[in-house]
Amino acid sequence: MNSQCSRAVEGGAGGAPFKEAPQEKVARLGRLRRDGGMLRDYHAPRYDEPFIMEQGTPGERGIFVPLAEEGVTEAVGAAADYIPEGMNRAAAPVLPEMAQYQVMRHYLRYSQMTLGMDLGSDISEGTCTMKYSPRMHEELIRGHKAADLHPLQDEDTMQGLLEIVYETGQYLKAISGMDAFTLEPGGGSHAVFTNACVMRRYFEARGELDQRTEMITTIFSHPCDAATPMVAGFKVITVMPDENGYPDLEAFKAAVSEHTVGCMITNPEDTGIYNPQIDKYVEVLHDAGALAFTDQANANGILGYARARDAGFDACHFNLHKTFSSPHGCEGPATGAYMCTDKLAPYLPVPIVTKLGDRYHLEYDRPESIGRVRGFLGNWMGVVRAYSWIRNMGPDGLKEVAEISVLNNNYLDNLLMAVKGVSRPYAEGHRRLDQVRYSLEQLKEDTGVGTEAVRDRMIDFGVQSYWMSHHPWIVPEPFTPEPCETYSKDDLDEWAAVIKRASDEAYADPQFVLDAPHAQAIEQMRRTEALEEHDQWAFTWRAYKKKIRGAE
Amino acid sequence: MGDKPFVHPYIPNAVPATKRAMLDELGLRSVEEIYAEIPDRLRFKGTLDIPPAIRSERELRKHVQGLLDRNTSSLEFLNFCGAGCWQHYVPAVVDEVINRAEFVSAYCGGNYSDLGKYLARFEFNSMLGELVDLDGVANPIYDWGDVAGRSFRMARRITGRDKVLVPAHISPMRLMEIRTLCQPESMPTSTKVRFYEWDRETGMVDLEDLRAKLDDTFAAVYWENPTYLGTIEAQGAEIVALAHDHGALAIAGVDPITLGVLTPPGTLGADIACGDIQPLGIHMHAGGGCSGFIAFRDDDPIFAQECPLELYTVLETKTPGQYAVAEAMAERTSYGSRDQGKDWVGTASGLWTIGAAVYMALMGPQGFREVGETCIARSHYAAKLLGEIPGVEIKLSSHFFKEFVVNFDGTGKTVAEINERLLGHEIFGGKDLTAEFTELGQSALYCVTEYHDQADIEKLASAVKEVAR
Repeated sequence: MNSQCSRAVEGGAGGAPFKEAPQEKVARLGRLRRDGGMLRDYHAPRYDEPFIMEQGTPGERGIFVPLAEEGVTEAVGAAADYIPEGMNRAAAPVLPEMAQYQVMRHYLRYSQMTLGMDLGSDISEGTCTMKYSPRMHEELIRGHKAADLHPLQDEDTMQGLLEIVYETGQYLKAISGMDAFTLEPGGGSHAVFTNACVMRRYFEARGELDQRTEMITTIFSHPCDAATPMVAGFKVITVMPDENGYPDLEAFKAAVSEHTVGCMITNPEDTGIYNPQIDKYVEVLHDAGALAFTDQANANGILGYARARDAGFDACHFNLHKTFSSPHGCEGPATGAYMCTDKLAPYLPVPIVTKLGDRYHLEYDRPESIGRVRGFLGNWMGVVRAYSWIRNMGPDGLKEVAEISVLNNNYLDNLLMAVKGVSRPYAEGHRRLDQVRYSLEQLKEDTGVGTEAVRDRMIDFGVQSYWMSHHPWIVPEPFTPEPCETYSKDDLDEWAAVIKRASDEAYADPQFVLDAPHAQAIEQMRRTEALEEHDQWAFTWRAYKKKIRGAE
Repeated sequence: MGDKPFVHPYIPNAVPATKRAMLDELGLRSVEEIYAEIPDRLRFKGTLDIPPAIRSERELRKHVQGLLDRNTSSLEFLNFCGAGCWQHYVPAVVDEVINRAEFVSAYCGGNYSDLGKYLARFEFNSMLGELVDLDGVANPIYDWGDVAGRSFRMARRITGRDKVLVPAHISPMRLMEIRTLCQPESMPTSTKVRFYEWDRETGMVDLEDLRAKLDDTFAAVYWENPTYLGTIEAQGAEIVALAHDHGALAIAGVDPITLGVLTPPGTLGADIACGDIQPLGIHMHAGGGCSGFIAFRDDDPIFAQECPLELYTVLETKTPGQYAVAEAMAERTSYGSRDQGKDWVGTASGLWTIGAAVYMALMGPQGFREVGETCIARSHYAAKLLGEIPGVEIKLSSHFFKEFVVNFDGTGKTVAEINERLLGHEIFGGKDLTAEFTELGQSALYCVTEYHDQADIEKLASAVKEVAR
């Protein structure tokens, strides 16, 4: 750690410490490392690697496959005899014909052309909680005792797996205050969908499904809180924020009626603002006979500090790949934990994991269940990692995670608010918890450089591109960092330095930022009309050859 | 932990001096002042009821590995169970690539910084498109049952009709996922699932029954190849023709590893294909290896426009000869339009997509042909040996790829008893079908792939012979 960066000098008025002003600090940080700042002189790996579809030579191959033994073919004859007429593939698939080393090298180059989180200082992707995924966990799940299990093998032969699932469920019950769980959903949004289906089944069982047709969410809740109840068959009502950025309680009350199924809302919302009246919203719902679910994608800052149950919620979820350290894997596989009270437990998807004596079981005979949201047992790789991580943290460690993530966020906030062109809409005077949604509206107005251009410039300093916002952009020109407990003070300084640099460049030479990126494997994209136009888009190489190359 | 500061190796700023310096810069005494944002009545004041920390990596690893060691893997026992998650050989290069830290840790980084991830996705789409013979491939999500349900909802939006016809011998587990997505029938936006029969002799669909049930009110006709019970469906072209005659879409569910030898759905005229990519080089992970794909025709933009999953198109850059890959029609998804989008997308199964890309590139056309031929030959060898055991009978058509139905009625034993005894021979027997298909009696669905060699199969046969006696 650079002690110079954190110096608090004694001697201010009245003996209170005075600090280096944030503006001075970000100016200092926003220089290259060799000039005493925190910026890297970076360039992304650049291999000029062709698509694999354009490589290889007919006759080459990447792997030998087992062939049927002589004894087998003598006994059964040719495989082709068992393929019914018309089902024998006439033309071989046009796949690469390429030797093994060349295939591997190709994809290793692609991995190098992926910054990911492990290389990219991923404070950038707010709402995603990009924390360190311990390597030891990866070794655990790659072994055959984890990777090579069949989901339908006898319970007695996977007691270890079932114990891990069951015990993880107990820990998550403690953390949320809920009574029951399922770890079957294949991601956070999938767990949120599970909630919509559980609520649907609850009211179906009570004969109220015809009457209760509306789900309420808020605009700063994750899009899945609006989309998944729609998929479940509900009309979705979205409550907008009041002037302070909180969901408008009066508007919320007005939305609740005898038609309300419940709510699906995030707290803290994606703005990082904790709604201090959240229990009042729940009360309004319960008074109307409706149910309350909270999306806990943003739970990292409240672990051990606040529990969904204590605010009255009937259900909540966690993303084991965010809050509980399982890696994101280029967008999955992931694990969503869905937690609920006893009232909703009968409706959980099958199977649920139970414990009888010292044996663990998969229970399928649950007539009130919604059925399934995913096949088999879900993505339990994420459960093993979460289990191990929770065991490694213990109750005190979890609170430390929350506390440091909140401290990190407020420290970074102090620096970012000193950067010209950056603002933090809503809830003036209130501190954010795990993340902040900032705006570059001023920068855009002043320079013409908006949030997308800054996103494409910041990566030239070797940090990951930031998450702007879910849609719609209620906050104009948004960006949303989330500096969870993983990041050091130097990491935070570096991240602020990058934003400072982009801002400085925008004011000095806006075109330079608009032309970004400048230090990546490729230059700025062209032919972006293909993103919307049928004769231009090509989702496969064969389509590209037909539509674009064929037209040339 | 008492009064000692808890400076975890994953939490650098827990160092007291660092924490103090950061608080000083904020002018705060403690982080409690930030937590004042949570009203006292909502604060949790107890200690979480979870066990104390296992501190060292060594001790933690011993503990968790000790739990995992209580599992028996399909490397220790011979596994002949498939039914939606299949044991195929996973090439070492696949694991090498998907275990790269960059891929393991990446999430939604942008087109430039995570370029390699996007290029690999596009290559997955391109190679899967070749296998299924369709021009449009979307970014995969949870599993086959999920994408089947999504395909039905997609057909509903495209045709404006609210019923789909599904073969009655679809996997019951898959059907449960479909029903969850299709909503209870009383709901106005539900998609109604109707069934057409299957031939109890061959295992193929009953075309006469399909003809009788199909009319102009259906959004889609769905069929599977191979069927859940293992039979290769020979009537795909007829199913497509019937569906199209009635203005319905033809949706195929396929196991992509069969497509080196079997006619692909695109060639048969399917409008949409779905299935699971787990067989393409992904470890079973007790079902966690599953990942569902959707592919579609692209001669009409409606298929892409109504596809619920992320779509990636290839683009060029300012530099001639350079390619980029970017998400197309992002407005269409729930990320773009919330409840006005097409279903929803979320964190899905990106790492498996990259693994399957590596697998397809390694296998090439020769590998896919050979793996298909070996699956067919070895599964038929297993069926032959098992069928020779007194009281054991192979049901349904001899046209199967890697899975087949073994009936034990003549042994006087239940499948449960057989499977339990097979454990004593270090064998996981086939999927017990007795609850799912009562008409098949005491039957199990066995799966034999290129993974199982002649000796494995002979071991199975001699074990079954012994336990069935």
